[in-house]
Amino acid sequence: MEKVDVYDELVNLKATELRLGLPGTEETVSCGKSNKRALLDDTEKEIESTGKNETASPPKAQIVGWPPVRSYRKNNIQTKKNESEGQGNYVKVSMDGAPYLRKIDLTMYKQYPELMKSLENMFKFSVGEYFEREGYKGSDFVPTYEDKDGDWMLVGDVPWEMFVSSCKRLRIMKGSEVKGLGSGV
Amino acid sequence: MTQDRSEMSEDDDDQQSSPLDLPSTAIASSSTPNKSRNCISSSVTLKSQTFPDHVLENVLENVLQFLDSRCDRNAASLVCKSWWRVEALTRSEVFIGNCYALSPARLTQRFKRVRSLVLKGKPRFADFNLMPPDWGANFAPWVSTMAKAYPWLEKVDLKRMFVTDDDLALLADSFPGFKELILVCCEGFGTSGIAIVTNKCRKLKVLDLIESEVTDDEVDWISCFPEDVTCLESLAFDCVEAPINFKALEGLVARSPFLKKLRLNRFVSLVELHRLLLGAPQLTSLGTGSFSHDEEPRSEQEPDYAAAFRACKSVVCLSGFRELMPEYLPAIFPVCANLTSLNFSYANISPDMFKPIILNCHKLQVFWALDSICDEGLQAVAATCKELRELRIFPFDPREDSEGPVSELGLQAISEGCRKLESILYFCQRMTNAAVIAMSENCPELTVFRLCIMGRHRPDHVTGKPMDEGFGAIVKNCKKLTRLAVSGLLTDQAFRYMGEYGKLVRTLSVAFAGDSDMALRHVLEGCPRLQKLEIRDSPFGDVALRSGMHRYYNMRFVWMSACSLSKGCCKDIARVMPNLVVEVIGSDDDDDNRDYVETLYMYRSLDGPRNDAPKFVTIL
Repeated sequence: MEKVDVYDELVNLKATELRLGLPGTEETVSCGKSNKRALLDDTEKEIESTGKNETASPPKAQIVGWPPVRSYRKNNIQTKKNESEGQGNYVKVSMDGAPYLRKIDLTMYKQYPELMKSLENMFKFSVGEYFEREGYKGSDFVPTYEDKDGDWMLVGDVPWEMFVSSCKRLRIMKGSEVKGLGSGV
Repeated sequence: MTQDRSEMSEDDDDQQSSPLDLPSTAIASSSTPNKSRNCISSSVTLKSQTFPDHVLENVLENVLQFLDSRCDRNAASLVCKSWWRVEALTRSEVFIGNCYALSPARLTQRFKRVRSLVLKGKPRFADFNLMPPDWGANFAPWVSTMAKAYPWLEKVDLKRMFVTDDDLALLADSFPGFKELILVCCEGFGTSGIAIVTNKCRKLKVLDLIESEVTDDEVDWISCFPEDVTCLESLAFDCVEAPINFKALEGLVARSPFLKKLRLNRFVSLVELHRLLLGAPQLTSLGTGSFSHDEEPRSEQEPDYAAAFRACKSVVCLSGFRELMPEYLPAIFPVCANLTSLNFSYANISPDMFKPIILNCHKLQVFWALDSICDEGLQAVAATCKELRELRIFPFDPREDSEGPVSELGLQAISEGCRKLESILYFCQRMTNAAVIAMSENCPELTVFRLCIMGRHRPDHVTGKPMDEGFGAIVKNCKKLTRLAVSGLLTDQAFRYMGEYGKLVRTLSVAFAGDSDMALRHVLEGCPRLQKLEIRDSPFGDVALRSGMHRYYNMRFVWMSACSLSKGCCKDIARVMPNLVVEVIGSDDDDDNRDYVETLYMYRSLDGPRNDAPKFVTIL
């Protein structure tokens, strides 16, 4: 059983939940659940989370504007990655068919689009459009990464912060090999 | 010292205990006298039999010009028409707590010789995304009116205002003697606007951009300062998220002999900081920028950072550390003993890194940090910082269900060690009534108590009881308390205490608290000095709102969102109180027929409802 079903469930819950914020202002659910696209053997695998008191029940959606910390402050507090790395978070990037390995500092980027642009420039390719369920479409090249557990995942599946803290290296895969990462395809 | 504190303070508001804001003075002469102020009837006139009027007024002018405090000036202006007139002529600094309380025209009509304006816009809860953007608080009408009326304007201090580049350009063009620009929590402008100011305001002494959103227009604004020696005394740009021309900055600092306060942004590295410090040993206030390297490997010869700090004997206020590399923290040891203000609130420092630093900071009065220093770190603060006046602990992980590394233990320790504490803001996940009560007893000087237990409705985690007794003790024992923010599980009892004891409370923030209308009634009926009331997600309805009608003309504003208010009731109040602007804020697709009020924001105004309200605001 794929974890994508669990994700569906969570999405529905979110839609019907009574929110106390203004319509149209959604705070992202930042519970850190693992949205692993790859097929998992162990269906009993607990939902990963960044909070230690996480149970199997769906994570609490964040209420708008609570706790009352200004977004400037929220966005500028040093992230945990600096603590462990000390000086940036360098990961190797390889592209199928390219002769050289490159290294990039993930701390240089704030979100996926920036990272994508940089990779595209670096290796002179284009990555196609990302879709939540189906992955990347419109290009032979697909950006993937190896996470802390040794699994190969599609770049973009998990929230940015989670990606940065769990990404060990990047690999831009070409064509056929990618299909194994599709959800249920 | 006080100057540094007010510089650093987020949301520090005027500390004066009897606020006679600009509008209230005018309203007072027309409405019935109220209990909270001394109103001298305006029908008393000075008998001018012995001296002709104009001589008297000259004398008055010479005397009144020595009055600085706006409370005193407001009182003086109420004596009689003559005093009102003279006071208006001699007031040089005007404070406007709500930009919609009056129109710019009224300001310029009454006060003719204004040199300094302090203006505040959006309500504080707008900081937390509780209001759609583009609500208002535009600086434009103010700057265009003042451009014609006050060519001698020297200082503008704005908070939560929307300021455009055009506004800044007009400012730079209209006021040749302009000296001080302070923008706190503002937005709408970019580095191009700043460049115009730095280029044209030749007498600029202060340029402080504090927690504002500044768009990166890729303009080298530092290079726009004129080539000759500047008058700069304070330059703060730590919130500007754009790279700067370091060489130009170095040159600027070198030709700014009066520069005392410098707050760098995170695009200034440690190496660059080192060079700046060696060139500016006279600095008293320093924002250190990133406090890290951007290049990967370190060079062979590492600069002696500690030596640079050793040379800065005058630094008493330290902040920055935006991307702190903890191994370099010991470089600040040489200045620790002199520090009166230290801001670590952007640095994730562990207790082990923190303790050796704080143990040297005996003179510290203001301390801001992240909760990453843990209870252990707070205990070290309590042991060393006996002069502490203000403490702010922010959450490293600002989510409801995060693990909180600080708790009642830290609060208890602080209360025992820092007896002179006046102001505290404390984010945590666990708290007990006992610790809060202890603070109320140990810290009698408290004027500001803001406790944020991040998990909503959390009770005392030891007894399981509501936090009523803790907050009750605060209002009861802290006789000087003027500002209070509550959290955790609270029943109406907590509000009963507030109404009974909170006689000096001016600002009250409530979230997810209370059981019924009675709670709000206690506060509205019991707190005569209440000026600013902000409430969210609490079960208060129409009955409660009506019970405060005798107060609303004497308050700056009332904010209530996600409560139980009906449009009908708000309409009633708007009808009965013509000088009150009652705004109902929803979202664009709100049904006009809905009776439920998502957000109520109401405030007194001398000039009626504003004409720049966006679509999502309905003024009743």
